[in-house]
Amino acid sequence: MKCDVCEAEATVFLTQIINGQMTTVNLCEACSKAKGVTEVTGFGLAEAFVGAAPRAMETAPDLACPSCGFTAAQLKKIGRMGCPECYDTFREGLEGLLRGMHKGTRHVGKRPSAIIAAAPPPRPRRSTVPASTPPAPAIQTPSITLKEDTPAPPPPDLNKLRAELDLAVKEERYEDAATIKAEIDRQTQSSPPK
Amino acid sequence: MMRFSTLIKNPADWMKGSGPHSEIVMTSRVRLARNLRGFPFPGFSQEHQRVELLRAARPVVEELPEMRDGYSVDYTELSKIRKQVLVERHLVSREHAARTTGCAVVIDRKQSISVMINEEDHFRLQGIRPGLNLRGAYELVDRIDTEMDAALPYAFDGKLGYLTACPTNLGTGMRASVMLHLPGLVLLDQINPVIKAVGKIGLAVRGLYGEGTEALGNLFQISNQHTLGEAEPEIITQIEKVIEGVIRSEQTARAKLLEDHATMLSDQVGRAYAILRYAHVLTSKEALNLLSMLRLGADLDIITNCDRSLLDLLLLEIQPAHLQLGAERELSPEERDVARAEITRARLQAIHGPGHSAKGGPDSAADI
Ligand SMILES: [Zn+2]
Ligand SMILES: [Zn+2]
Repeated sequence: MKCDVCEAEATVFLTQIINGQMTTVNLCEACSKAKGVTEVTGFGLAEAFVGAAPRAMETAPDLACPSCGFTAAQLKKIGRMGCPECYDTFREGLEGLLRGMHKGTRHVGKRPSAIIAAAPPPRPRRSTVPASTPPAPAIQTPSITLKEDTPAPPPPDLNKLRAELDLAVKEERYEDAATIKAEIDRQTQSSPPK
Repeated sequence: MMRFSTLIKNPADWMKGSGPHSEIVMTSRVRLARNLRGFPFPGFSQEHQRVELLRAARPVVEELPEMRDGYSVDYTELSKIRKQVLVERHLVSREHAARTTGCAVVIDRKQSISVMINEEDHFRLQGIRPGLNLRGAYELVDRIDTEMDAALPYAFDGKLGYLTACPTNLGTGMRASVMLHLPGLVLLDQINPVIKAVGKIGLAVRGLYGEGTEALGNLFQISNQHTLGEAEPEIITQIEKVIEGVIRSEQTARAKLLEDHATMLSDQVGRAYAILRYAHVLTSKEALNLLSMLRLGADLDIITNCDRSLLDLLLLEIQPAHLQLGAERELSPEERDVARAEITRARLQAIHGPGHSAKGGPDSAADI
C-alpha cells in the first residue's frame, strides 16, 4: 500500500470521520510524522488544521489565555494548548473540532476523586491557584505564579536538526530520524508566509 | 531506589513471550495522560516551571507503593545510550527521551509500570502486560493514577475530562495499544484488507520500527484514536474484540500456509535460521525480518525446540542501544552489525534448524 502523500510504502493507516464522511488515510512513517500523527495522537487536529475540516476554529487569532498567555494563533500553529485553563479560553471554537476527532464531546469514564466528592463539578475558572483545592494534596498547590506572557520555546534551528538527523540515521534510530526529518520539513515549509 | 544495571539485568515478564495469545500478540500497553492544574503544559512552559513541577511531583511518584524500590532517574543524569535502552524497552517514549532538564522517569521493579514526568503532558503513566491483556495493563495504571490523584491536583473538566496538552487525548487521556506479530497475513498478502477493516472501526494501525518500508519484522500496533465520549472499559472491550478478530485471521492464514504452502514456509524458515545462525554481519532490518520468520517457524512447530521467549528477548538484545550497553561503549553501525550477528549466533546455538525432529533423529540432522 502506497503513502497518500508521497510514493513510499505506507505503514500508518488511519480512518477518521470528518464531517460525517469516512476518510481512510495511508501514510508512510515520514509523512505521518509530518502530519502530526505521532503515536497516533494529533491526527484529527492536524487534519483539521491542514484544511480537511474547514471552519474548525473560528476564534479571533489574538484571543489569549489569561493564565498562560497562549494565543489562538499559536494554538492553530502547533495544535496543542498552553495550559489546562486554555480550554476555557478556547472552549467556544473547540466543539466542532472535537466532534470530528472523538466519539463524543462529553467525557464519560474515570473522574478524579475530588470531583466525585463534590456534588456539582467545581469550576475553578480563571484562577491559577484554585481556591477550592481538593482535600489533602501532598503537593502544595503550585507555588509559582504564572507569568502573563510566557514566551513559547524557540524552534530548534535547522542546522542542529540536520545534524541530529544524520546522527539518528547513523545510529539506526529510524523512528527518531523520521521525527526529525518531519520537523525539518515542517520548518522549511512553514517558514515562507502564505 | 534501584540502579540502572539492576533494572536492566533481568528481563520483564512481558518480554518473555508469554500471556494470552502470545503466539500472535506480543504485548498490551495502556497509557494515561495526566496534568496538574496551575502549570502550563511542558511544551509551553519555561524550564524553571518544569523543574519546579518535577521537584514537587517526583517524590510523590517514587513513594507510591507500586513504585517503591523501583528505578527513578532525572534525565540530566542519564546517558544517551541508557535513555535509548529504555526507549527500546518501551519504558519511555522517544519524544520523552529526547528531553533533558526538568524530565524524569520512575519505573517499577518489574518494568511493568512507568511514569514519565514532563512528557507532552505533565505525566504519562504506562502499564505493560504480555500477550493480549489490555485489562491487566489498565489495572496497573488505573491503580497508580488513583493514588496519584489523591496527592496531586489533577487538571480535570466536567465536560472535557482530563485536560491534556493535545485535544486528541482529552477525556480519558487513555491510549490502549497492542503489538501484534502477523507474518501469516503478510506472507499471504492479506494484511491490507485486515488493516482497512480495523481502520474502519476507528482504530489506528501502524507498522513498527520501519521508515517508509513495509512493517519491519511483521510487527503491527493497533490502538484507539478516540479518547473522549467513551469510558475506559468500553474502549478496551472494543479494541480487544477487534484484536480477537485479527488473531483469528492470522490463525487462518497460518493454517493455510501450512496446508497450501508448506514448502515455501519451510524454505523461508530454514533460510532465516541459516542466516541468523551463521551470519557474521547482520543489519537490524535483516535481523528483525528473519527473526519474524523464525518466530513463525517456532509457533508452527517447524522448529521444534525453540523457546519463544529466547526469540523475543533476542529481538530486544539486538537493538542498537542494547548492543552498545552490552559492549559498554558506543559502536559504529558496522560494529553493531557484527555484534548483532555475534549475539544472534550465540543465542541460536541451542536451537536446531527446521527438519530436525523433536527427538533429534540423526538422519534429519544430516540435512542441515
Ligand atoms: Zn509519505
Ligand atoms: Zn493557558
